[in-house]
Amino acid sequence: MSEARFGVLALQGAFREHIAMLQRLNVEAAEVRLAKELDDLDGLIIPGGESTSMGLVAERWGLVEPLRRWVHGGRPTWGTCAGMILLAEQATGQKLGGQALIGGLDVTVNRNYFGRQVDSFEADLDVPALGDTPFHAVFIRAPAITAVAENVETLATVASLGHEAEPVIAAVRKGPILATAFHPELTDDLRWHRYFVQIVNEFRSCSP
Amino acid sequence: MSTKNGQQRDGQVERGTFAVKAGLAQMLKGGVIMDVVTADQARIAEEAGACAVMALERVPADIRQDGGVARMSDPRLIKEIMEAVTIPVMAKVRIGHFVEAQILEALGVDYIDESEVLTPADESHHINKHSFTIPFVCGCRNLGEALRRIAEGAAMIRTKGEAGTGDVVEAVRHARNVNGAIRRINRMDADELFTYAKDIQAPYELVKETAELNRLPVVNFAAGGVATPADAALMMQLGVDGVFVGSGIFKSDDPAKRAHAIVQAVTHFNDPHILAEVSENLGAPMVGINVTDLSEDEKLAERGW
Repeated sequence: MSEARFGVLALQGAFREHIAMLQRLNVEAAEVRLAKELDDLDGLIIPGGESTSMGLVAERWGLVEPLRRWVHGGRPTWGTCAGMILLAEQATGQKLGGQALIGGLDVTVNRNYFGRQVDSFEADLDVPALGDTPFHAVFIRAPAITAVAENVETLATVASLGHEAEPVIAAVRKGPILATAFHPELTDDLRWHRYFVQIVNEFRSCSP
Repeated sequence: MSTKNGQQRDGQVERGTFAVKAGLAQMLKGGVIMDVVTADQARIAEEAGACAVMALERVPADIRQDGGVARMSDPRLIKEIMEAVTIPVMAKVRIGHFVEAQILEALGVDYIDESEVLTPADESHHINKHSFTIPFVCGCRNLGEALRRIAEGAAMIRTKGEAGTGDVVEAVRHARNVNGAIRRINRMDADELFTYAKDIQAPYELVKETAELNRLPVVNFAAGGVATPADAALMMQLGVDGVFVGSGIFKSDDPAKRAHAIVQAVTHFNDPHILAEVSENLGAPMVGINVTDLSEDEKLAERGW
């Protein structure tokens, strides 16, 4: 089988960091700005950035519907931070008038759950799917998942920092869709990228 | 909770670390940060796809025209703008005015711009930005100035350009200065780097790190004179990470349309067909001032040390 082809949505935000992480795994990734650039890809990362900016640029060039077809067609997709917001079926704390979402992940995301930049933080997370070593996560004006459907697997939680008694969900997976509220691309730890590459390879080997 | 150098440890989490400060700037890349003077303008900017807004009382073109001392904005105005939008809100303080910065931190703005557009409060010292939890962006004209600001704790850099003119020539000069110098030090040997660091009055360790990375250690935006989608794409092709637009949007005929167009131009900066399409029928840009018509003491970029 040929090498899997990766794309990173490059409308706005930290797309270069994701491409650099994949390159460290010897995986090449293309920048995706237009619908035609989705063709022939096997996996797509939607990076951190401002979800409203990305949504508006995507709408202007007719990229929202192709992205919906991509995700709802069961193609492997990983959203970090803003990318997680765009993949959510429901988002709270949106701008006036709401924003375009891609959907596909049956969760409710609260945008900027932890507050403004002064509340951004780093924390060690236990992530059984990545092994015993905790993952050092960077949360920037981060969202959190406040509700999940039964078919969505929780991969990591984080202290809600006074918002609730219980920890909140920070990473989930539903089949080929992965979402993290934090930014593995801002660290030196390649485990999340390796995990996503595995998801893509699994889905390639079982699809016709 | 303990506080050291603006970093706070609270149970299991750490706030105000450099990774978190520089990380927000990384999330703004490929985006447009727009100057706004009212909550309504902030909403227009958000709807146009701005990745952040800069809250201020007067845009640079008006500061230039009105004269007098330009200071931090009224906290009431900044709060109204913070309540109006969900995107990050930045605000400006005078160079060296660390108390204005303490006030903005107390308000909870997302980024502080220690800006030459306001009247400097200290003619020798910039703010020690390490001592804040909130990140700072600072202007520069060349690599030495950029690295001095980073040494003081800036987590994001922008070119100074010449604010409030609508003339992109100074932003181009400053972006070329910085990126040209980085290309040169990338090829220097260790002996040359020591001397170069001394010559540009920048810490050796940061010069060395920049040479190895072949880029600044933090995100670098263009600012000061961007007025059209083509200006914004020009700066992106010169290698900056994103664009600030000050007077260029709300001093033009159709701010919403121009703001939209500049956002599209920053994403698609390498696609001339898209640039042609978004540049069409935008109405008149801001009138502008030729930088060559300004006397030396009218140039804001000369402020900062």
